[in-house]
Amino acid sequence: MAAPIDLHEVAERELSERYGFPWRIKACMSTACLSAGANQAYEGMEQTIEKEDLALEARLIPTGCMGLCSRGPLVRVLRRGTDEIMYQAVNKEVAIDIITDHVRDHKPVETNVLDHNIPFFTSQEKIVLENGGVIDPNRIESYVGHRGYQAFERVITRMAPEEVIEIIRASGLRGRGGAGYPVGSKWALLAAATGDTKYVVANGDEGDPGAYMDRTVMEDDPHRLLEGIGIAAYATGASQAYIYVRAEYPRAVERLDRAIRVARRKRLLGRNILDTEFSLDINVRIGAGAFVCGEETALLASIEGRRGTPRLRPPYPTERGLWGAPTMINNVETLANVPTIMRKGAEWYSSIGTEGNTGTKVFALAGDLVNTGLIEVPMGVTLRHIVEDMGGGIPNGKAFKAAQTGGPSGGCISSEFLDTPVDYDSLRNLGSIMGSGGLVVMDEDVSMPEIAKFFMAFSMDESCGKCSPCRAGTVQLHTLLERITSGAGTRQDMRDLEHLCHVVRDTSLCGLGQTAPSPVLSTLHYFRAEYEDMLVSEEATNA
Amino acid sequence: MRELRTTVTIAFNDVEVEAFADETVMQAARRNDVFIPSLCYVEGLSVWGGCRMCMIEIEEDRRLRPACATPVNPEMEVYTDTPKLRAHRKAILELLFAEGNHVCAVCVSNGNCELQDMAVACGMDHVRYDYRSPRRAVDASHPKYVFDPNRCILCTRCVRVCDEIEGAHVWDVASHGADAVLITDLATPWGDSTSCTWCGKCVAVCPTGSLSYQGTAVGEMEHSVSMISRLAVARSRGEWLDPEAVS
Amino acid sequence: MSKARLATAWLGGCSGCHMSFLDMDEWLFELADLADLVYSPIADVKVFPPDVDITLVEGAVANEDNVELAREIRANSKVVVSFGDCAVTGNVTAMRNPLGDPLGILEAVYVNAPDRNGVIPAEPGIVPPLLPQVQPLHKVIKVDAYLPGCPPPADRIQRAVEALLAGDPSRITGEDIRFG
Repeated sequence: MAAPIDLHEVAERELSERYGFPWRIKACMSTACLSAGANQAYEGMEQTIEKEDLALEARLIPTGCMGLCSRGPLVRVLRRGTDEIMYQAVNKEVAIDIITDHVRDHKPVETNVLDHNIPFFTSQEKIVLENGGVIDPNRIESYVGHRGYQAFERVITRMAPEEVIEIIRASGLRGRGGAGYPVGSKWALLAAATGDTKYVVANGDEGDPGAYMDRTVMEDDPHRLLEGIGIAAYATGASQAYIYVRAEYPRAVERLDRAIRVARRKRLLGRNILDTEFSLDINVRIGAGAFVCGEETALLASIEGRRGTPRLRPPYPTERGLWGAPTMINNVETLANVPTIMRKGAEWYSSIGTEGNTGTKVFALAGDLVNTGLIEVPMGVTLRHIVEDMGGGIPNGKAFKAAQTGGPSGGCISSEFLDTPVDYDSLRNLGSIMGSGGLVVMDEDVSMPEIAKFFMAFSMDESCGKCSPCRAGTVQLHTLLERITSGAGTRQDMRDLEHLCHVVRDTSLCGLGQTAPSPVLSTLHYFRAEYEDMLVSEEATNA
Repeated sequence: MRELRTTVTIAFNDVEVEAFADETVMQAARRNDVFIPSLCYVEGLSVWGGCRMCMIEIEEDRRLRPACATPVNPEMEVYTDTPKLRAHRKAILELLFAEGNHVCAVCVSNGNCELQDMAVACGMDHVRYDYRSPRRAVDASHPKYVFDPNRCILCTRCVRVCDEIEGAHVWDVASHGADAVLITDLATPWGDSTSCTWCGKCVAVCPTGSLSYQGTAVGEMEHSVSMISRLAVARSRGEWLDPEAVS
Repeated sequence: MSKARLATAWLGGCSGCHMSFLDMDEWLFELADLADLVYSPIADVKVFPPDVDITLVEGAVANEDNVELAREIRANSKVVVSFGDCAVTGNVTAMRNPLGDPLGILEAVYVNAPDRNGVIPAEPGIVPPLLPQVQPLHKVIKVDAYLPGCPPPADRIQRAVEALLAGDPSRITGEDIRFG
């Protein structure tokens, strides 16, 4: 067996190498920037460094997401001893100019400079995304150089499993998949379960339209996820873990697979990890893209190779999960918090955010905003701060109308609640949910019944068909919404719509069905007049 | 001799009854003659929990629970017939009727159909929702049986009985959502099935006219769900017993 | 007490519900003491009259004439009853719905069938155009009570009419609402 990785030595080497170059140029190679042409920009810089003979001066580093995706491709230029300069909309020409003008001639390319002292960046508190735009996701050394696997090493060599669980419990970390279940309690359940084999599953089946925080973690910081899983497995007594990734995320699959291979080679996975008694293997399982497979029991069925439909609970997965063995499912973002919590402590973590809602939350900020992209903010910041300061407000002088959180399972929040702190409990009190972190802002032109119809079409298409209220009910809710939005709806249709929402919510088998009516119910609550204005007049109904 | 089972006291609609500690609310209700509607539950088959007709209310529990999958708890107070439950069940029935093509007048199971009976029991006299009128092809390729997906409510009793009692697993569900449909083998015609043993248990257990014998005319089809329950109980206990008495 | 004004109407159905109505036999004499039949396919009245108390409507809404009559019934009746499965659910009349566009069905029946002369009947003002989809009555007009059955047996119709005459349609329940 090969000798395990010497984390300290790798980190030292990485640090000395890092500061061996006067210039470091970090180019975002995450999905959003790649689709905006980051590849061509990267090649342009690579070739120009070569051509200008700057290879000993400047180091070009491909990194993960820097957040402000709407301005991509993004590039950060760091010069030893000076402030960094961030560039936006870096096409190939700009990329070449960055090398020739900025690096060679020391004159920044003013046309594309992006002020990184704007609230979008300065209001963020990065834990999960701390390595985004910083490390090269394909090099384990890069992760180790940023204190990667330090916590894992300490946990498995010097801590008892109960101590680990206690720290997670004390940190107040709640499940980031949407429901907000206390993570420490869940870990304790698996730790208490008896069985020869126990499983930990990372849920990366991020399915909400527009949400991509889990993808970003898996693509841009895969070792962070592996480290989080490793700590979870050690604390709970699991020896096998799966990362469930949807097939629509091929780059995540590729980078995770590579990370796992490297981690095995470095003895961070496999038998007797780092020469301890602890053994763990991790495998990637690829989902076929059904939204319902994000539901934990459907996800387990899918991993087992069966049809991805939810089953009744109890028994809960921690009692009977994969192949009947105790299994714990944690969301990717949840696990990505773990290494930092173990490194910096529960007290530090719980000092971020608010009481009962500690830490940070990553949001995919989208819709009618000046700045859209990925942000990580302390729990409890107000919606107004996110929308007006970080998002830069509504473009074209339009007014804010609503923010949608929680995707097809969530709801809309109207302008009168802009000062609500964004956390699990406040959002639930407003009839929405935190969800996995989609946050779509809508301006005054948006029709709320149309939004409700959009999400209902999504839930209808994604219903697995197992239980009748979700399978047939979402279809009828969509039909009613179509009739209402086409201007042919009656008061009776409104009554049927509202009642059927309650039926589907109260009687569906799994969370997907139970929350499918939420977009309708919440828009009915805050924007009922919009529905009523669409109905045919009473006179027309009677005629 | 079977070992003695622990009993507990629970209440159905404010009437106390005795229940076994290891049974479900549905089983306790059936043994005590308390009516809880259901379309997918069959004593002796695994619990599916998909039809959602058996939702009940439990005191101090804000959520509705499916009786078929809810274990009995000592002192629990179960309500099976509240205005909310009645309204919800009616709506689910309407959804089922609107989803397929349930034309009772021309159905082999007319007069012997659990879906039809359920409409009577739940007071469902019309469907508020739009009929979907799907176009679904009938599979009459099997020499003995006919499968009419127009009358299928996806209760999966046939899937379970074939897998769990007959051990053939001819049936399964394909596709999802509104397109979900039962298939035989790998979505090949039933008549071409190499796994079907012609045992007819799926036909016996079907609650509607979806599965029937070849050559059956309107109203002639009779199913035999209790036979399946007796079979399941006999197999698990090694003696012929009344399924509801031993559940 | 003045007699109730009762009507029955026949939309897209087979008239079986009316046959069943006639099966009430001698009770029809009692009914005659309680109500006047002011409009019915079994009475020679051409125009739907005003101020009707109760109208039993057989059949689904299948063509434009059905829509017109249904609206006339609604405008002139206090209580409208969906009478039989076709009115309540669409039933056999609606079995063409899964087949889609009625033109294709008409072609199959009148053009492509071997013993036909290849002409789809078309006589504006006489042959009413078919609706794209057959609808239950309550999808077209407001309906106050439902009496399913194909057809509802005579004794059920009698109990239903008694309930309606007593002003209590909620009595139509239990086995009396069985489909098929």
